[in-house]
Amino acid sequence: MSYLPYTDGERAGLLAALGLSTPGALFEDIPAAARAGGIDGLPGPMDECALAAHLTELAGQNDPAATPFLGAGVYDHYIPAALAGLVSRSEFATAYTPYQPEISQGTLTGIFEFQSHITRLTGLDVANASQYDGASACAEALFMAVGQTRKHRALVSRGVHPEVRRTLRTYARFRGVELAETDTDPQGQSLTGLSEALTDDTAAVIVQNPNFFGVLEPMTAIAALAKAGGAAAVAVCDPLSLAVLKPPGACGFDIAAGECQPLGLPPSFGGPHAGYLATKESYLRRMPGRIAGQTTDAQGRRAFVLTLQAREQHIRRDKAVSNICSNQALCALTATVYLSLMGPKGLVKAAALSAIHMDDLRRTLVSQYGFTQVFDAPFFRECVLRPPEGAVCDWGYDLSADYPELAGARLLCCTEKDGAERRGRILSAWEANR
Amino acid sequence: MSKVIYEHGRPGRGTDYLPEVEVDLAALLGVDNLRGAPPPLPEVGENEVVRHYTNLSRLNYGVDTGFYPLGSCTMKYNPKIGEAAACLPGFAGLHPYARPEHAQGALRVLYDMEAHLSRICGMAAFSLQPAAGAHGELTGLMMISAWHESRGDTARRVMLIPDSAHGTNPASAVMAGFTTRQIPSDSRGLVDLEALKGALGPEVAGLMLTNPNTLGLFERDILEIARLTHEAGGLLYYDGANLNAILGHTSPGAMGFDVVHVNLHKTFATPHGGGGPGSGPVGVTEALAPFLPVPRVVSTAEGLRLETDRPLSIGRVRSFYGNFGVILRAYAYILRLGGRGLTEAAEAAVLHANYVRAKLRGVYDIPYDRVCMHECVFSAARQKEHGASAADIAKGLIDRGFHPPTMYFPLTVREALMVEPTETETPETLDAFIETMTELAALAERDPDALKAAPLSAPVGRPDEAQAARKPVLTFKE
Amino acid sequence: MADVKAGLYYSSEHEWLRADDDAVYLGITDFAQSSLGDIVFVDGEPVGSQLSAGDVAGVIESVKAASDLYAPVSGVVLAINGRLAETPELLNEEPYACWIVKLTLSNPAELDGLMDAKAYAAFCEGL
Repeated sequence: MSYLPYTDGERAGLLAALGLSTPGALFEDIPAAARAGGIDGLPGPMDECALAAHLTELAGQNDPAATPFLGAGVYDHYIPAALAGLVSRSEFATAYTPYQPEISQGTLTGIFEFQSHITRLTGLDVANASQYDGASACAEALFMAVGQTRKHRALVSRGVHPEVRRTLRTYARFRGVELAETDTDPQGQSLTGLSEALTDDTAAVIVQNPNFFGVLEPMTAIAALAKAGGAAAVAVCDPLSLAVLKPPGACGFDIAAGECQPLGLPPSFGGPHAGYLATKESYLRRMPGRIAGQTTDAQGRRAFVLTLQAREQHIRRDKAVSNICSNQALCALTATVYLSLMGPKGLVKAAALSAIHMDDLRRTLVSQYGFTQVFDAPFFRECVLRPPEGAVCDWGYDLSADYPELAGARLLCCTEKDGAERRGRILSAWEANR
Repeated sequence: MSKVIYEHGRPGRGTDYLPEVEVDLAALLGVDNLRGAPPPLPEVGENEVVRHYTNLSRLNYGVDTGFYPLGSCTMKYNPKIGEAAACLPGFAGLHPYARPEHAQGALRVLYDMEAHLSRICGMAAFSLQPAAGAHGELTGLMMISAWHESRGDTARRVMLIPDSAHGTNPASAVMAGFTTRQIPSDSRGLVDLEALKGALGPEVAGLMLTNPNTLGLFERDILEIARLTHEAGGLLYYDGANLNAILGHTSPGAMGFDVVHVNLHKTFATPHGGGGPGSGPVGVTEALAPFLPVPRVVSTAEGLRLETDRPLSIGRVRSFYGNFGVILRAYAYILRLGGRGLTEAAEAAVLHANYVRAKLRGVYDIPYDRVCMHECVFSAARQKEHGASAADIAKGLIDRGFHPPTMYFPLTVREALMVEPTETETPETLDAFIETMTELAALAERDPDALKAAPLSAPVGRPDEAQAARKPVLTFKE
Repeated sequence: MADVKAGLYYSSEHEWLRADDDAVYLGITDFAQSSLGDIVFVDGEPVGSQLSAGDVAGVIESVKAASDLYAPVSGVVLAINGRLAETPELLNEEPYACWIVKLTLSNPAELDGLMDAKAYAAFCEGL
């Protein structure tokens, strides 16, 4: 009876109002051959005190600090103390999708602000209320491109996150879209590979910036390439990097998609985070997911509503642009509040400090520890480095499974939290263990 | 009128969270790669940011604010132990690429949760990867497609879907590469068996079903439906949106389903968050287990590990392993209640829905008036004749302190009002709602115009949705 | 009671069609606009598209619904009514004054399969 709100006597009263003594009669539509007498084999029930101890013990079996310089798509940025308390407020957390706008202006205003923040970071016209994650957002971007161009082939660079590429592969397979992967060049960049593979029947060119190796791509040239080939240009961008990097809209991209985790969301073993999706006005009606819009009520007061819903599954059913119903509202709100707290100056600092810290680490590892830098191109807050022959290094992300040609090389990452002192401690400990 | 955050901003304002930094970014990153100026985000001090979002939250209505009988959405109470668990640093701070030996606690939660859901649903195996119910549907349908394909049965491209189904069902089917065929409901509000027989054939890949269906009615012919579908070579897909009604009394496996998705945010009481994050685990029979998304959590002599080498797997449907923080909350809920508590929760949910149905019978039309499961669909058709629509009644509820029921769904009922009281409400709350619905019905007959202006007490009145869609304003403009 | 205008052809999909020399103008009826509610967006297939009778010729979206516009006759799309892009509400206000898509008439015999005003009024009555 853990969360049932009444006594046995009160329950009997409700049953009596229906002329019943037990709830069993309410389940008589279930055919006898399909009936179960309870659920076997589950643990519990546990009192909250015991459950809390159990959960604390499980959490203690994890060691979040064990691997230094680990990024590869999930980043350990500083989260302002004000953030958690705001977004965990019950009024945000325990509301449903804002179908009743009159009593959902908090959620709806938050979505509108999220859309505004994302368009300003990406330099594109419109954004939706968020997607499940960056990878599924990219899959939706692919389908937008296919719908717009009416072509069924897409190019994705191997510089795109391996998990994003795998997700794209799954979505594309069942939708009948041909997906071709293109190699990066010796600089770790994608332009050459993409331009060799581009054909007239290409719907989308998908590139990540900074790419999975941390390397900055020649974005303007890639967008121009896609445009010349009649394909939609899709950029996968880390929104935090857009504090300093040229936005995909300004580079000529049609769609930007990516992962909001760097914007104040804890790693949480991979989720929940939030994907974002932004595009040009001309693609608006192909964009999936919730979109909040501004309007007025009968008294002329500004109000926000979910809008352009005729794109969506609950109206369009089999002709909807996507099946997505929810967004990641609370995670998108977290990103929104993070950006509002940090402001432009704070965000630039987070990006710049991360980049400097990584560059400092690279320089130290190359000049003092015998590491080699694999790609000689500008990078943001991650860099592929090969430890000296014979050295055991388990920092960061091991590239060998996804990129056999880079076996032994590590993808290292720094954020604003990896200052000289922290880096020094990690390097000393490593040196001492060699 | 409340502001948006941009309207609090002034150039130069803001709070420092990070040290000052002096750097030549052009030299570091290359001048061509840089944006010309910092992004035009608002510049607001922390106090104003905190007040802004605190005040925004107060414009919302949540389960923690009051009664939320939103049909099909299961807005039950969300126990706070789940929040505490998700905030533990050992979970919140854990990187998804932490090596398995550093993530045994998290992998244990995933491994055990798959086992718990398998037992609850009577399935052989589960994947926790899908991020929401619709995502689970898509994943499940891709597996159905891959299963048929693996058997060389490539002509099965049609998915059957009842007319009362959630809109996600046909949308997911198309995304998974199927075309859809609609099955009508009969006079009982259930799947029309004759129509189903006529629709089955060698081109049919499967049938998607919600049971109890969206009218809150149990599909009592389910075993016959399963037999017919399987005999015709199709698979049966269970949309778990309404699983909360049947816990402990039957299971998708016992009913003959082959693939199942579960909405953890509905049945297992994780917060809806204003539209997410959800979680939509997908379960399958033994025959379909090889097609589940990778990675899979496996138990080895060295502890729990992630395995990716599964040649028949459909692959990934997103990054990493699912919405772990949501899965953790649901895991806590299952342990807290145990098998007995889950069964009691279903019983109370069904009892409450039938209590509301019995008390409002005669006040509103009930198109299919028989024992319902966890929700009951009323029609305001009678009130509409007097001039007050289902929407007017709903807005009247807002003025009286309640969240409205789901309106205008399912599509098969005119002026539908779908009420799902859930198990966690007191008899006083149910009675107060019943009394208010009765009062609104009387008002609808006496003075329908009085409801046209509702809500009057909310932060805003009814927004002009046509204006919003005709001239979209989707971002803040200075 | 929905308004029906004399002198037009009607389809069972609640579309009207006006034949004018070699071209036809396609719109939606008063019944259709009233069922859809506040219309917020209208679009047609690109100019130059070759349509067979029954093909999708355009789309109409309201706040709560979306409906495809089907070509009742075969033809090539000659024009889309540009006024509706800015003011889709005209379809609610004057459904018979606003065509949506202009088509060539490839097969005039197809007009014989459509209803006249009287037949369409009776058709609506029977719904």
